[in-house]
Amino acid sequence: MAQLLCDDLTIGYENGAILEGLSFSVEQGDYLAIVGENGSGKSTLMKTILGLLKPLKGEVAFGEGLRKYEIGYLPQQSAVQKDFPASVWEVVLSGCLAKRKFFPFYTKEDKARAAANIERLGISPLRTRSYRELSGGQQQRVLLARALCATERILLLDEPVSGLDPVVTAEMYEIIAGLHREGVTIIMISHDVQAAVRYANKILHIGKTPFFGKVEEYLTTERGREYVTEYKSAKEGEE
Amino acid sequence: MTVFFQRIGEFLLFPFVRYALIVGVLIALCSSLLGVTLVLKRFSFIGDGLSHVAFGAMAVAAVVGLTNQMLIVMPVTVVSAILLLRTGQNARLKGDASVALISVFALAFGYLLMNIFPTSANVSADVCGTLFGSVSILTLSTLEVWVCAGLSVVTVLVFVIFYNRIFAVTFDENFAKATGVKTELYNMIIAVIVAVVIVLAMNLVGSLLISALIIFPALAAMRVCKSFLSVTICATGISVVTALVGLFLAIGLPQGVPVGPTIVVVQAVAFLLFYLVGFIKDRVRV
Repeated sequence: MAQLLCDDLTIGYENGAILEGLSFSVEQGDYLAIVGENGSGKSTLMKTILGLLKPLKGEVAFGEGLRKYEIGYLPQQSAVQKDFPASVWEVVLSGCLAKRKFFPFYTKEDKARAAANIERLGISPLRTRSYRELSGGQQQRVLLARALCATERILLLDEPVSGLDPVVTAEMYEIIAGLHREGVTIIMISHDVQAAVRYANKILHIGKTPFFGKVEEYLTTERGREYVTEYKSAKEGEE
Repeated sequence: MTVFFQRIGEFLLFPFVRYALIVGVLIALCSSLLGVTLVLKRFSFIGDGLSHVAFGAMAVAAVVGLTNQMLIVMPVTVVSAILLLRTGQNARLKGDASVALISVFALAFGYLLMNIFPTSANVSADVCGTLFGSVSILTLSTLEVWVCAGLSVVTVLVFVIFYNRIFAVTFDENFAKATGVKTELYNMIIAVIVAVVIVLAMNLVGSLLISALIIFPALAAMRVCKSFLSVTICATGISVVTALVGLFLAIGLPQGVPVGPTIVVVQAVAFLLFYLVGFIKDRVRV
């Protein structure tokens, strides 16, 4: 049984399905990249996996002892957070709430876990700084530390490098790869297909010609090669 | 100046003035607690909308002839708060539109009722009093003072108990929800606290000026403080101090200025001061 299993899933909103017949699975230790064009349903799929949105058909099944709400989640930054007065410590600690069902305050273990994750992502010097004063890369690290407080087992990253400069982007990918090596299952939603084929071991391409399988297989399909080349040339065009 | 303090000294001998001060401080304390959350969730205007609803409910209560108007005003406001905050999430009507819709309707309805069934000879004075918080703070009965005090304490307790959850829901609702925090429940708790605070605050500043009490201290504190905890503490501090200053000014000034507007003006001045401090701090750091 996989950690996460979707079989013939239909997702979308009340007014219509966006994706139909979606099947994929995530095993412990996988690094799955979900790629696809804008509007192909990446965010909808993410919301469905997280349980924020009910699937129209089928279900997202959890296995290997993983329960619903045990996914650490790195969201895209929202406008609210841009001027939110909160210290790094407060933000990271709030990730521990997932484990507190009724008790209203944080325990010693919570604080220890938050401190450990802050250390792990190398943001100890920022601990008392205000979240809104940090650079984009630093903010991402803070949110990643928060996600790790919520779970040690599986992380879902929504466009983790959007808005970051190339140097920080590379750093971010290394951090994620490091967590993956430590045994954390990674699901990354990205439009950066180059990074996806480089770091991930499985690809889920959603859109008109869906694909799910190993990266090597993806690169042998016509659609996969096309998409990677398209992306490359588009990126070069930008630069 | 000595006359000013003499007047305050004389007035403090009256129990109703001491009640007013106690209630004023408690209300100020409560109303500033959720300011940060409302500002950051882009719900600043909800206070305004709800206070209009409370005004409408108060008119109904007056017409029906209830002695304890809170019996009607409180439930109506709480229900409206829950409905309004809910529409913020998945609405056909966008949050601000529904607030505008409900608030103007309640205001018009209330004023209409008060004119059709006048309860006293001078309707305009009644309306003005309800809108700008005339002297009602000075005419509270002992029972009302106790009710106010009790509700304030409960509000503060609820806020403290759910503080960490309220933070999580404010900072990142989706993350909280995805990790199993019952965000709907906490949004509801926020809505109920806001409604209670607004009904309480009507006594102090009147229904038109309540937003100021909720928003000003939070905005001022956000200019200067860096963490959520320090913003919350700072906001309550600002709120209590400005409410006291406003109350003393209203009592001490010989012209007999109204309490509500005085407090709001003092808060506006405090906000400007903090804005300035924040501005200078930013400059110094860069």
